[in-house]
Amino acid sequence: MKTILVPVKMVLDSNARPRVRTDESGIDLSGMRMSINPFCEIAVEEALRLKEAGLAEEVVVVSIGPAKAQETLRQALAMGADRATLIEIDETVEPLAVAKLLRAVVGEEQPDLVLLGKQAIDDDCNQTGQMLAALLGWPQATFASAVRFEDGRLLVTREIDAGLQRLSLPLPAVVTTDLRLNEPRHCALPNIMKARKKPLKIGAPADYGVDIGRRLKILAVRPPAGRKSGIRVATASELVGDLRAAGIV
Amino acid sequence: MTCDVVIVGAGPAGLAAAIRLRQRAPELQVIVVEKGAETGAHVLSGVVMDPVGLDALLPGWRDEEDRPLRQEVVEDRFAFLTRERAFSVPEMLFPARLGNRGCFVGSLGEVTRYLAGRAEGLGVEIYTGFAATEILYDETGRVVGIATGDMGIGKDGQPTASFTPGMELRARYTLFAEGARGSLSKQVIARNGLDRDSGFQKYGIGIKEVWEVAPGKCHPGLIRHTVGWPLDRHTGGGSFVYHGADHLVTVGFVVHLDYANPTLSPFDEFQRFKTHPSMRDLLAGGRRVAYGARALTEGGWQAVPRVAFPGGALIGCAAGFMNVARIKGSHNAILSGMQAADAIVAEPDLAEPRSYEAGWRMSAIGRDLYPVRNVKPLWSRFGLAGLALGGLDMWAHALAGGGSVLGTLRHRKADHASLRPRAEVTPIAYPNPDGVLTFDRLSSVYLSGVNHEENQPCHLRLADPLLPIRENLPRFGEPARLYCPAGVYEVAVAADGAASFVINAQNCVHCKTCDIKDPAQNITWTPPEGGGGPSYANM
Ligand SMILES: Cc1cc2nc3c(=O)[nH]c(=O)nc-3n(C[C@H](O)[C@H](O)[C@H](O)COP(=O)(O)OP(=O)(O)OC[C@H]3O[C@@H](n4cnc5c(N)ncnc54)[C@H](O)[C@@H]3O)c2cc1C
Ligand code: SF4
Repeated sequence: MKTILVPVKMVLDSNARPRVRTDESGIDLSGMRMSINPFCEIAVEEALRLKEAGLAEEVVVVSIGPAKAQETLRQALAMGADRATLIEIDETVEPLAVAKLLRAVVGEEQPDLVLLGKQAIDDDCNQTGQMLAALLGWPQATFASAVRFEDGRLLVTREIDAGLQRLSLPLPAVVTTDLRLNEPRHCALPNIMKARKKPLKIGAPADYGVDIGRRLKILAVRPPAGRKSGIRVATASELVGDLRAAGIV
Repeated sequence: MTCDVVIVGAGPAGLAAAIRLRQRAPELQVIVVEKGAETGAHVLSGVVMDPVGLDALLPGWRDEEDRPLRQEVVEDRFAFLTRERAFSVPEMLFPARLGNRGCFVGSLGEVTRYLAGRAEGLGVEIYTGFAATEILYDETGRVVGIATGDMGIGKDGQPTASFTPGMELRARYTLFAEGARGSLSKQVIARNGLDRDSGFQKYGIGIKEVWEVAPGKCHPGLIRHTVGWPLDRHTGGGSFVYHGADHLVTVGFVVHLDYANPTLSPFDEFQRFKTHPSMRDLLAGGRRVAYGARALTEGGWQAVPRVAFPGGALIGCAAGFMNVARIKGSHNAILSGMQAADAIVAEPDLAEPRSYEAGWRMSAIGRDLYPVRNVKPLWSRFGLAGLALGGLDMWAHALAGGGSVLGTLRHRKADHASLRPRAEVTPIAYPNPDGVLTFDRLSSVYLSGVNHEENQPCHLRLADPLLPIRENLPRFGEPARLYCPAGVYEVAVAADGAASFVINAQNCVHCKTCDIKDPAQNITWTPPEGGGGPSYANM
């Protein structure tokens, strides 16, 4: 393989405790810690491992998001990616528009493999990889828990309800990563320093001629109802009695 | 690698120093390391900020689009609480130095993120998620930099698959800006005997929640401080309530760590404080959105150690430039960072930034701390009556033009030495949390967004692992269970009655209280793997 393209998304950090805005229009992100989406981080790691095994020449990362997403790209560069592109936009972009933008980037970069996270942990859409494969007309393997490259074909293991499924697919292809694929590396300080000097290109959606207009309307965002406090029961029969009374058994 | 100046900690002090260095000497390579995953993630404060520091550092800040402080204090209240009532002290009775007119209500997290942006714009390199874990010395004993910690060390102390070694950062000057009770600052103070003449530093623990209150209850710019209930007359501390924008109100409580009763729990005092009628009223119908805790220095003027040493300096609350009477330290943090930077630029070849050491007592920092220097010792000795005496002393100061009949009172004891045995005190019983207004530790810690890599050695080191059960438990009832605001310490009792000391290190919010208050000084807080700790947004 020559190039592996890895799209990465900046998301609210999983440890941040966001506040839903009082007017229900969304989540207040001001001051919140943002991070690379964990599934995207796994995708970067896998791409780097393929490169380090001599199976690819170059890892290119791309992100679609606000200016701050440069930090997410710098993190991917610090892990070891070679180049980065940010398509800068402040508003949220729906999966279809993301997939169309990525199709345009694929046209530019001509990668042999696009490795993405299976979903972003902020909106849990789980659509972008599939839509991109469809737009490109490329084979796809989603939820990868192992990836091998042999004799010019990708062998991908997927975790599915019934067990493990193995797929063999020709290149170019789209693969989305599951949690167990690998454990991403730490970024060492010297590598973070070096990553500051790696190329990072910034463009706008208009440069790619893609319509990113919204097609979905968010009606309201509300926090989940608080959990009621529990009670302590002394015996199993008391528990059964309470469950009966609550109509659960 | 080698640079000109390395700064430990991206709080207001460290960032102000970095900014000032590059403003005055753009050719210097300045590196800041910060243990929080992001700038501001470990910074917790009130905050009502005196703008004197920002005005000096970035004179045009008030006109900037992204300025971090917007809300001026519009009403300043002070009250003495009894269980049922609040007795207001009219603003005209405050000694002028304690007033908050011209100050801003905001979030120190936001201020630090703003400062970080300015610093990076000036070419400062800030590396977040890296704790400085070791001080580097040369053969003469001069500080020549720091090392960051290894990552990927397992619980057993062995490297894991993701092991990444730390890095040495060598520099001509090293500035310690770790805030109150810095883990490296503590070492550099001890090694150089910097506190030989200053005696004990004193501390408090501040616990804070942010509430989104019901419509109509938030009055942006209103602030209130209280003393009295729920603390008894002998225990120092009090509350702060700051109304900000967006229906958000900061509610916080400080307990001085020289309290004597080992059954006291600062966390539960704070929870109880919220049940005061005046607080119930404010918080009814609201929702708690954030939680955190942090120690603060309280020793003031007489407890500031020597701040310069060969190869560097202490700045901000690592040096103890906190004005406890005003509960403000962030302005002095900025000013001290600037002064240290000026000294480095002016005297690049001296062994230590001498003019900073020589100058701060005569500067705005000294003028801020000197007149209030007796408030804390009087408060410690005579409780609330002492606080009133402290106020009178300040009035006398103002009227007599600077003197005090008391001179400068020294702090008599370290905070860890102030506990009385459990057998000699009346145990305090706290009410159970109701889950609406008052909470338990675990649901609180959840809101701090705390997270640590689980597979790493415990960062709370016990010099003697058996001491908590052997000595602290029988004598004091192991007070760590109560002073830790994050529920890190527990005493587990097995079926056969055997007690063991449990450390839930992953809950630690890096407040440093255990390092200060453990009566045997048996607990040492060390930085965990970089990036671990709370994820404060706007604290
Ligand atoms: C509850 C409370 C209320 C307060 N209210 C006010 C107020 O209203 N007004 C006011 O002016 N002041 C207030 N203060 C005081 C104010 O917060 C401090 O004076 C100020 O934060 C000190 O700034 P600093 O830069 O010295 O330290 P800090 O703000 O503590 O910053 C230190 C930084 O260094 C980092 N660090 C520490 N050790 C290491 C290490 N080894 N390696 C890497 N990084 C490290 C920390 O993560 C942190 O980011 C309050 C303090 C508390 C606790
Ligand atoms: S373990 Fe120590 S530093 Fe950590 S939260 Fe508890 S008292 Fe604070």
